[in-house]
Amino acid sequence: MRQLFRNPVSATGTVITLIFLLIAIISPLIAPYGANEIIPTDARQPPSADHWFGTDNLGRDVFSRVLLGAREILVLAGLGTLLAVIIGTLFGLLAGYQSGWFDEITMRVFDSLLALPALLLALLLLGTVGNSRYSILIVIVVLYIPIVARVVRSVVLAVRQQGYVEAAQLIGEPRTRILLREILPSVLPTLSVESALRFSYAIFLVASLGFLGVGVQPPSPNWGLMVKEARAYSNLIPWALFFPALAISVVVVGVNLMADGIKRITSADQDE
Amino acid sequence: MKLLKDQPILELSDLSVSYQHGDLLLEAVRDINMKINLGETYGLAGESGSGKTTLVLAVMRYLGSRAKITKGNILLGDHDLRSLNDQQLRRVWQSEIALVPQDPLSSLNPSMKIGDQLAEVLQLQSNISRHMASQLSKEWLNKVQIPDPERVASSYPHQISGGMQQRVLIAMALSSSPSLLVLDEPTTNLDVTTQAVILDLIGELIRDLEMAILYVTHNLGVIAQYCDRVGVMYAGELVEEAGTADIFLKPLHPYTIGLLESIPRLGDTKDHLQLKPIEGQIPALGQVPSGCNFRTRCPIVVDICHERPQLSPAGGSRFSRCHRWQEIDLGEVNAHRETPPIPSKQNDITVEDTYTLQIKNLSVSFPIQRSLRDVVQNKAGRSLQAVNDVNFEISPGSTLGLVGESGSGKTTIARAIMGLQGISAGSIKLNQVHLPDRLSRRDLATLRQLQIVFQNPAEALNPHFTIGESLSRPLIRLLGMSRQEAKIKIETLLSDVHLPADYTNRYPQELSGGEIQRIALGRAIASNPDLLILDEPISALDVSVQAAILNLVGELQNDHQNSILFVSHNLAVVGYLADHTAVIYMGYILELSGRGELFNPPHHPYTEALISAIPEVKVPRERKTIYLQGELPDFSELTDGCPFHSRCPRYLGDICIKKIPTWQVDPGTGKSILCHIPLEELSASQISSTNVDTSEY
Repeated sequence: MRQLFRNPVSATGTVITLIFLLIAIISPLIAPYGANEIIPTDARQPPSADHWFGTDNLGRDVFSRVLLGAREILVLAGLGTLLAVIIGTLFGLLAGYQSGWFDEITMRVFDSLLALPALLLALLLLGTVGNSRYSILIVIVVLYIPIVARVVRSVVLAVRQQGYVEAAQLIGEPRTRILLREILPSVLPTLSVESALRFSYAIFLVASLGFLGVGVQPPSPNWGLMVKEARAYSNLIPWALFFPALAISVVVVGVNLMADGIKRITSADQDE
Repeated sequence: MKLLKDQPILELSDLSVSYQHGDLLLEAVRDINMKINLGETYGLAGESGSGKTTLVLAVMRYLGSRAKITKGNILLGDHDLRSLNDQQLRRVWQSEIALVPQDPLSSLNPSMKIGDQLAEVLQLQSNISRHMASQLSKEWLNKVQIPDPERVASSYPHQISGGMQQRVLIAMALSSSPSLLVLDEPTTNLDVTTQAVILDLIGELIRDLEMAILYVTHNLGVIAQYCDRVGVMYAGELVEEAGTADIFLKPLHPYTIGLLESIPRLGDTKDHLQLKPIEGQIPALGQVPSGCNFRTRCPIVVDICHERPQLSPAGGSRFSRCHRWQEIDLGEVNAHRETPPIPSKQNDITVEDTYTLQIKNLSVSFPIQRSLRDVVQNKAGRSLQAVNDVNFEISPGSTLGLVGESGSGKTTIARAIMGLQGISAGSIKLNQVHLPDRLSRRDLATLRQLQIVFQNPAEALNPHFTIGESLSRPLIRLLGMSRQEAKIKIETLLSDVHLPADYTNRYPQELSGGEIQRIALGRAIASNPDLLILDEPISALDVSVQAAILNLVGELQNDHQNSILFVSHNLAVVGYLADHTAVIYMGYILELSGRGELFNPPHHPYTEALISAIPEVKVPRERKTIYLQGELPDFSELTDGCPFHSRCPRYLGDICIKKIPTWQVDPGTGKSILCHIPLEELSASQISSTNVDTSEY
């Protein structure tokens, strides 16, 4: 963590990420208005001291909605990433270590999942599992398991050739112990970089799905949904479009910069 | 540049180089003074960490951004290299200095054909047309004795062998007719037989050229054979410099003496001589002791050694950086380390037919992926026969050396025995019991009897475990000990491999390569296996720590009476440690020799060539090198005949191609040899290579 702050670029990214996480936690306390609180008199107000980010066409405070939207988007993206990383890692470990038919089958299935465009797959999944927040979670998990599994598998393939892994096999260590104690620690650096990257993509995905109007329903303060709703009035009240969009890009860039920082640190560790 | 004989071409004075490490400036090379004259080959010897590579890069002014020349001068002919700007420097690189690096493959552009790369270099040197350059490049390929220049010119680097790649780099280096040729471990990555051919080629090419040669290597044998003068580097300093004959006959620095005594020579065996390792290890950058840099490892250290010795003239053109060189010279002090011989508990009563390991008709083949065309044409899948009908046994408590060059199949055999590699035919018996060939089918009791030490210390131990954890696993798994019992046993194990008990809390990253190999040995013997396989256990280590590991292996075997399969490419080491030796080539065992007979005739023609190719640490050279022609054949080119027929210097004719020889047993030495030539005939023309001359010092 301290190393992350040593480099100004990754420090910026980390600070941005932490601020958004903080917002996600405390936003109900600091948001001046409710997410769906309509102030009819103040509709379509430009940014002012009263409404920092202005109000939308219904008279909802954009600043409050952006703050309150952070929780939904970060929780969905975060939880989805976490599940995908855990399950993907298990598949990757087994496939990489086992080789043979298990590896063949898992990887071909994952390949075919990866071959489909992500959004198309997402829409398809949402169509089958129904249109709710949980479906978004499932979409993230299903989309990212193959990617995480592939990354983990490639590391495992290199590590299992190492003398110490073979030495463990030669003293008859059980497979689970070899996977979790001997191999997994070597996968963790790569995995942490991959998780951070997946997280940023997941944020983007949740926003994109909101923009397409799937998974989340109005009047939810989903940033993507807000962009979609404001798009129709973009020439009248550009601020209602601009600020949610800005929030999306800032948090994605922030997480990405942090991921870069983690990558730099882990690869420096490996060099030593 | 017009130069006269014996005029110095390279002259270094007080050269010091430091590396920036955080806020620290660490001195890697200190006060080097050196002169290389025209027509002279100067050998720079040193282990890894001695600073020799830094010195070479400094001489070429090719240091990285973190390194800085802090002091001194570099004169190349009439150029003062330190004062040159980038453009002038490039001109010097183009025409005055050339380098042949250690790793040829990474020095060649993988996406450019050999001919084009060579032509590019030629075009840079003289203003010639593309066509001319391409013509000239083929001439150069011819000059470096590449058999089929047309084909090689149109190949990519990875398509030709390491020996061929190195020839190409030699051609590049010599094409500018430089005044200084730097050879940085040019043959270290090559097999001995290829090394002999390449060194011979370099010698021949430079004979008539006017240049000076700086030959950097850790291999003292190569220096003894090919250099005129030698400088020995240790921890950043030149500790001794002398003519080659002088330094090998009478070294005047304890480090040189230690180095020479720590390597087994051809014909040395553990039965009559114990190796004398240098204590400790090379200090890391920034941890070089004050005063004499060798004092922490020196057997004859005295108080004065806390003062820094100068490189003082020791008569003639000799220099030694030792306070006590005169005493060494006069024989008043013995810098030869005294090591008590290990009392041998070797029991020579071997009951017939009880073997620890018995291998019968072992074959291993790797399937070659069928191409689409093969599948369509319904052709059978082909395979690569890496190990072919191999038979040998190891008796309890004895050591079998398995020696061969890279690609010979020796490691494949070791892995097959361990169950890490499937076999295609034959049987492996451990203590008369048939071993399942798959690791997963072997029970813990079997695993306990069979352990291995791998070649590469960098990956031998899990970096996330402490030494104690690594050592405890076999005890807990294979011997069923509790954590507490294991903890106590680890202390014994550590002391068995001569490491302090507090190492149990350290991580592998904090240990040197030699120490890690000791731990790996400790882990392997933890379960007291009946058979211990050592797969090139010392070849990744520095010369000065190799001897200690070899001694340790001998000692452990004496204490525990394990059988050992010692896999190595190094004939002298195998001859030293092993009771019996198997020589393997292209997956075939060609010769099996009994205790101490490896270097006595009759030899298989391949063994004969192998022995002759090893550069002896002895001046003058006694043996004549046999140069193997051609390249290691492709496995698919093997015929039904003798696998060695394509390169055999004693090739008889059709019979060698068509018929596999039968085993002949020599009654005198008990050797078995796979050859068509009658053994009497082989004996008559071969000389013994046993090291009988022990009066070298």
